This record gives sequence, C-alpha cells and structure tokens, in this order.
Amino acid sequence: MNAPLLVTKRMVEHPTDSHTLERYKATGGYAAAKRAVSMTRDELVEAVKSSGLLGRGGAAFSAGLKWSFLAPARPAYLVVNGDESEPGTFKDRQLLERDPHQLIEGVIITAIANEVHHAFIYIRGEYPKPARRVQQAVEEAYRQGYLGQGIFDTDFDLEVIVHLGAGAYICGEETALINSLEGLRGEPRLKPPYFPAAVGLYNKPTIVNNVETLSNLPHILNDGVDAFKALGHEADTGTFLFSVSGHVEKPGNYELPHGLTWRELIFDVAGGIPNGRKLKTWIPGGASAPWFVPPDHLDLPITKDDTAKAGSMLGSGAVVVMNDSTCVVRAAERVVRFFAHESCGQCTPCREGTSWLELILRRIESGQGREVDPDLLLDVSDNISVGLAWPPKMTTICPLGPSAVSPIISIIKYFKDEVMAHIHDGRCPLIA
Amino acid sequence: MSKWPEATEERARAIIAQYPNRRSAVMPLLYLAMSEEGYLTEAGMARVAELVGITPAQVLSVASFYTMYKLEPVGRYLISCCTSISCMLLGSDDVLHALEEEVGVASGEVDSEGLIGLEHAECIGACGGAPAMQVNYELIEGINPEKARQLVEWLRKARPEVVNTDEMQSLFGGRPSFDWAITEDVGAVGPYPAYEPFGTVRSSTE
Repeated sequence: MNAPLLVTKRMVEHPTDSHTLERYKATGGYAAAKRAVSMTRDELVEAVKSSGLLGRGGAAFSAGLKWSFLAPARPAYLVVNGDESEPGTFKDRQLLERDPHQLIEGVIITAIANEVHHAFIYIRGEYPKPARRVQQAVEEAYRQGYLGQGIFDTDFDLEVIVHLGAGAYICGEETALINSLEGLRGEPRLKPPYFPAAVGLYNKPTIVNNVETLSNLPHILNDGVDAFKALGHEADTGTFLFSVSGHVEKPGNYELPHGLTWRELIFDVAGGIPNGRKLKTWIPGGASAPWFVPPDHLDLPITKDDTAKAGSMLGSGAVVVMNDSTCVVRAAERVVRFFAHESCGQCTPCREGTSWLELILRRIESGQGREVDPDLLLDVSDNISVGLAWPPKMTTICPLGPSAVSPIISIIKYFKDEVMAHIHDGRCPLIA
Repeated sequence: MSKWPEATEERARAIIAQYPNRRSAVMPLLYLAMSEEGYLTEAGMARVAELVGITPAQVLSVASFYTMYKLEPVGRYLISCCTSISCMLLGSDDVLHALEEEVGVASGEVDSEGLIGLEHAECIGACGGAPAMQVNYELIEGINPEKARQLVEWLRKARPEVVNTDEMQSLFGGRPSFDWAITEDVGAVGPYPAYEPFGTVRSSTE
C-alpha cells in the first residue's frame, strides 16, 4: 500500500528531525501560511469548504462548514483539541511529537481565515513529551515572526497558548474542553445555547478543531483543493490516520486514503493476526463505536457512509483488533469501565448507568452472572441511549454515556452464546 | 496565605499573564502547586485561589475533577500502568499484577517509604506500543511483567534524579507505537508533567 502521504510525509522521509523548524522550512514549511496572509477570509474558508476536509476528531463534520458557522462577534477564539484520549487512539500524539510546526501552520491558516487573534492548543496532561515539542515549536515560531504581533510582517496579530490538560477524557468533548480552559471542571455544556461557534470560550464565538484536521490545512493550500480531493474516496477527501492496535502483527498509525476494505487494513496493512490466531471482532472507530465482525463487515469499504450504514462509525480512526482468544465480556467490561471512570457525573443516565453496566459485566465475567443480566444490560443501556438506535438518541448532555452502550449492544448482538455460557457455566468458556 | 518561592511566583505571574482571563490559569497553577510540594496541599490550593481570585473551594472543585491532580502524596515516582482495552488485550493485567507484587502495594497506594506510588491508568495513548506504562508521566512502551519488575528494582536502586523516557524505553521497553526517532536528555523530577513553563523539566545528563 503506497498511497501518497500528507500529514505523516515529513516524519517518514526525515525521521530524525521532522520536528525541527529547520527541516520544516526546508521541506516547504510555512509557505502556505505566507500565502494565507495575503488571501481573503472568504477565499480561505471557501478553499477548505470545497476541499471537503472532514473533522478528524471523531465527528467527521465539514471543517469549512464549521468555520462558516462562526458568529460575526469578535473577539473570537480558536481552540485546538489535542486532548486525544479515546482508547485505541494515538495518532495526534505522533503528529504533535513528530511534526509540531505542521500543526502551528494549520493554526495560523485557521486564525487568518476566521479573524481570530488568540489560539489555544489544549494537549492532554499525559502527553508531556508532545507538549514539550509543541511548546518549543511555538516559541520558535514567535522568534521567526510567524506568531505574535504582526505575523509575517502584516498587521495581523496571533497569540498561541499551549494548555495542558490533567487527565479527563471528557475534555475531548468541545464544550467540556472550553470549560476546562476557563479553569472549571471539564463538564460539557448544554447545546443550545452553548454552540461554540456562537457561545464558546469566554462566551465568545469559538472554533474547536482537532490536531489532525488542522495538520491537513498546509497541504490543502500548497497542493490545491483538487489534489486533496483526488487523494480521497468520493465524499471522504484527503487521507485518514488509522491507529491500529490490539491483536495485529504490525500495530501503528497508518495514513491511508479512505475506501480500502477492513480486510485490507487488518490483514495487509497491519499484517494480520499473530500466533496463528483468527480474527474475532474489531472496534472500527474508537471505544465509542459499535464493533464489527467477520465475515459480515470484512469487505466493506472504509468510508464514513459505508461504516454508518453498517451501524458504526470511523470516529477517531482507532481500530482495535481482537483475536479468537479474547473474552468479549472482559473486553466489553474494559471499554465500559473506561466510560464509567470518565463520566463527568452531570447527567444521571450516564453517571449511574455506566457504573451499573460495568458492575453487571464484571459480575458476568467473574462467573456470578444471572440469567436476566443480558436483558438488564440492554434495559440500562436503553435508559442511556433511547431505543438503542444508531446514531444514538441521547438522554444526556454529551455522547459519553451512549458511547458506553456500544460494546454492550455489540456483544449481545454477535456473541450472545458466549455471554450466556459465562452465566450458565459460571466461568469464561474460553479458558479450558 | 504564604507565597511560593520567588522563581515559582514569577512563573505563576507569567502563566496568568498569558490568558485573557485569570481563572484560565487555574490548571497550570495547580501543576505549579504540585511541583512545590509533590501533591496538592490545602496551602498550595489556597495560594492558587489567591492568585486567580477565586475561593479555595472553587479550586478544590477543579482539582478533584482531574485525575492528575493528586490530593494525597503519591510517591517520588508515580507508576501509571495502562489497563484500557488495547493494553489489556496484550497483557496489561499481568503487568499490573507484577507491579503490585514488586512495589508491594495495591493499585492506588504508595509504598511505605513514600518512594513509589502505583496506579492503573485509563488509556495513555500508547495503544500501538501496548502494554504501556508511565513513570511520572514519562512513557515506556512494549513492557512486560518481567521488565516491569526490573523497572521497579531499578527505580529503588538507581533512584534517578530525573526520570527520562528514552532511558527507560531502552532499558525496559519493547515495541513502540511509532518510531521515536531521536532521544532527548530531559525528563521529570516528580509525579507531575515535565513541562518547561512549569519549571519541571530537568536535564538527565548533568
């Protein structure tokens, strides 16, 4: 698979110094930002809109469209979401650590396009090395006159602040992230009225974009909209970073065009399942996503629409592969435990529901499961995510609670026999 | 409330000055407070409150929300063992078990000497290098139970002034999530992130 690379090109071709300003400039860096300062806001927004770039943080919403919703009041703010914490996801860590100037150039382009003079790069606290690299790069960019007062010898000012999180997955939710930046608990806000584009940071219009999304912008301006679209697959333009982990021969981040199949991704790109084991199931788009199984989903093309039609999502691009030795009750318990731990506690269905789901799964796993437990799991799930629909109908302020329902639905849909065997035998049937 | 040493106060002023709104400085200031005493004391949080212009209760409401703000001592070396899905699939529970045995405490506790604290962590973003763990938030990928035991032994014997991710990775690590490409000689000095604006980055070769 030798697809052209965009956001990981520099680190692949220049592994030892892709993070440095020298290498960044020597490989065409900051040319796009220089061009952007002489473009009009409309031209920039239009370019990004017509590139079809979809947000890479999980929601896959058009980045250009998001920008065009920004309310006219000023000041407005740009917030970069680098709070990557979805189990299975480690792509932004690589982008932050290995090519921080690419992100900063994306920040500059976004700031110009949206007439924003204050940008915040929010990086999760557990990423000190990426944060150090970004902080260094920001300082370098200030010294070059790419940031600060009068960037690139224009009258445009841009201040960039790097902000460290402190261990809260929920701060990846954009309104929780905004609360966190304001020095509050990372609790999501109600929408409406708190749509960030209208009422965001300090109650001002705010753009929140993911690290990978912004890292694509220099390439769109440098290579042109058509080249970016040509790389992709119909509506899914450009490339996409897949974080592949779990039971595969070659885990890692892979930058690929959409449209290849899951079989190709798992067996060709990631080298298949090690130790002569067989593929049992996989999470196609981060811990929040409903699981896929062979053979039904193996030959589906990896696109936003095809994945949605099959009842899941590409989300943050995290593909977690499980082999046939995996106890699905334990795997589901582990994913649900994550959401229970990370629930902010505001909404009752999520706060109470995720904890109960975790407890019931643990009960089944430990051999204490009851005959009614699968129905009980679904009943509790239904109280968090009405009708167990996909995409979820929410009873909560944010999607965290419904995310915990995905593994429950998945194991009961595809592995009911294994769940019941736990209950009937009082132990995991996979352990001989 | 008593002030911090002048160097820390100066960092606090620089941090506050960055933000359009003082309260936004609460999170970085809480890290400063931790770097002063190793964890968040009432006095530390009171100083944050004073600097930002909110009440100590409001500071506590923030501090208690985020897992990396420690309201009790967690040891000089805090080991965070990831046990989320990708790490679990590749044996993190055995790693955690080995760590509990070797440190001699359960997850969430600190050894009697106050040297090593142990916790299991939710996803630390190292899934391609699973199972993974951190010491003072500096990463080691591709760990296994045996190497985890050796790491604890090493911390006890060597008692490194500075915890360096590349050193630990070369001594105890295995397959990483991606090519780290270069080594750096900086690291952490306590159970909080090593980050220049907090004054918590030290060279490990000096």
